[in-house]
Amino acid sequence: MSRLSTLTDAELVERCRAEDAEAWNELVERFARYVYAVTIRGFRLGEQDAEDAFQEVFTRVYTNLDKLRDEAALRPWIAQLTRRVCLDSIARSGREQPTGDAESEEGRDVIAEIDEAMAVRDAMTTLPEVCQEILDRFFARDQSYRTIASELDIPSGTIASRIARCLVKLRDELEGRNAGRPESG
Amino acid sequence: MSRGYEEERLGAVLRILRPAPQGWIEAAQELPGARRALDDLVARAESDLEFRAAVLADLEVALEQAGVEPDRRAISWLEERLGLPPQSV
Repeated sequence: MSRLSTLTDAELVERCRAEDAEAWNELVERFARYVYAVTIRGFRLGEQDAEDAFQEVFTRVYTNLDKLRDEAALRPWIAQLTRRVCLDSIARSGREQPTGDAESEEGRDVIAEIDEAMAVRDAMTTLPEVCQEILDRFFARDQSYRTIASELDIPSGTIASRIARCLVKLRDELEGRNAGRPESG
Repeated sequence: MSRGYEEERLGAVLRILRPAPQGWIEAAQELPGARRALDDLVARAESDLEFRAAVLADLEVALEQAGVEPDRRAISWLEERLGLPPQSV
């Protein structure tokens, strides 16, 4: 975990504007998975186009960061930029948008799932660091119990139960957040 | 989010955000430095005709000498900044 990972988005933007290189690294780390998921899962870009789109999003973020009026709105701003860059990429390639593309209903569901996953990851940052590591390695990085145990220096036989306990903590955190939120609709 | 979370569903949601390739992340993290180096290079090319001619003669070498990886994106950036027509790759 980076030293700056506890900064809010607004604090991070402020530091990036002051040309703090470490803050920029953290900003890229914080949103890399999101941008990657939107390009690959949401818009189903090919590897090369996805990489170009990924770099283009961060180039636009870097170039236009001074124009962002509400620093706390970094996340929706990056989401919008990513969407725009992906649509531009599709338009340039002349590709027709098949069912499942982000503009279709199914595609919008995929984007909504990615947004939800970001909210879950956000909640995950409140868990003990070891929980964050175990859940990320097991679910997002597909690491085996043995690899996780060896890299975190934890007995292999305890990994499954740790995963279960960490998931309960994460669920409690999410339910706590949801309980404080007004019902929508 | 109004839906409850069963552990199984939480696991599925966590699988959605996989790490981006490390090379992509590193390239994005190097953007500010590359951008500064490129700004310096373009400024010098605008004020020094001999240097500009050397840059135009070999964009890749010019980028390398400026400490910027001469990949497709950097070359395209430089072409744009120097007002050159983009080369077809």
